[in-house]
Amino acid sequence: MIYLTLFWTFFKIGAFTFGGGYAMLPLVQAEVAAHGWMSDADLVNFIAVSESTPGPFAVNVSTYVGAETGGLLGSLCATLGVVLPSFIIILLVARGYERFRDSLAVRGAMSGLKPAVVGLIGTAVISVGKTVFFPAGFAVSVLSSRDFLVSAGIFLLMLLLLLRKNAHPILIILISASLGIAAGYAPVLLG
Amino acid sequence: MKKSKHTALSLFLVFLRIGAFTFGGGYAMIPLIQREVAEKKHWIKDSDILDIVAIAESTPGPIAINAATFVGYKVGGFPGAFCATFGVVLPSFLIIFAISYVLRQFQALRAVQYAFWGIRAGVLALIIKALAAMYRQCPKQLFSCILMGAAFLSVAFFKVSVILVIALCAAAGLGFSFLERKKEAAK
Repeated sequence: MIYLTLFWTFFKIGAFTFGGGYAMLPLVQAEVAAHGWMSDADLVNFIAVSESTPGPFAVNVSTYVGAETGGLLGSLCATLGVVLPSFIIILLVARGYERFRDSLAVRGAMSGLKPAVVGLIGTAVISVGKTVFFPAGFAVSVLSSRDFLVSAGIFLLMLLLLLRKNAHPILIILISASLGIAAGYAPVLLG
Repeated sequence: MKKSKHTALSLFLVFLRIGAFTFGGGYAMIPLIQREVAEKKHWIKDSDILDIVAIAESTPGPIAINAATFVGYKVGGFPGAFCATFGVVLPSFLIIFAISYVLRQFQALRAVQYAFWGIRAGVLALIIKALAAMYRQCPKQLFSCILMGAAFLSVAFFKVSVILVIALCAAAGLGFSFLERKKEAAK
């Protein structure tokens, strides 16, 4: 029953994601890979699509995976699943949110969750790094291949733009796409 | 009754606009909420924004959804929460659903494959920047550093389930802060 699986998988993702942005990436990677819904490279590609379209990554990726695996009904189930935990928990908490916010239990749990999220994003760096640099698995010979050098060059340049110039994510995507196209067609054009 | 219907509808419209114009989601949405909901509509006070961020961060789920549900509930009760959340999700849903029809064909094009080849390297840089930002915000006591390292190693190298790691780290945080309070009390 694909609809139920979609709903339940994204419900788990919604219920166990803390913090914004890429904090949910490792969980999405694990679940999406476990079901074989998207390849690693497709998921990284989709991060770029999600950055270039409005809305949160969670909603975008659930809608996309749902649509790809179960059409309209699939994307409705997946999106409903990812939204529902937030919705229910906020409704429960909203009435006494001062008490919730100041409660020692919540503070205690958060003091463990914050570092966990940093560690988890670290794992996303490793797995996305593997997809970028060693798509066919690690081998020393890859390090001198043209594909590797192009990827490494684009990566370093974009990191520099982000850390030094605080470039906008969409600008990063546009520049890296252009460099990818240029590097892809260069051997053909240069003969 | 009439007034609450009106409020729910305008919550839907305001969050529809917020959902349609926030790229990157989450924190990018907070200034927009501030402008639309506090400054223009005066539904909440400016100082409430910090509470919204704190609540959205300490409850599970995407920041955008948490914030929309919370503001909606505060302004218009359950119907308000429903309409705000529906509004913030709808633009993403429609856009991505439309894109899902063309993305696969689009990705079959040679030029697009080259573009995504470059983009994947750029996305890695984006994630590293997010990691650096999260790391800076995180407390750096010995306890936090151990959890950070343990979470990283157990998922990256020992393939422990992410959900288990999150649950254990929350429990560890709870237990550790409980012990610290006991120590304080004993002094």
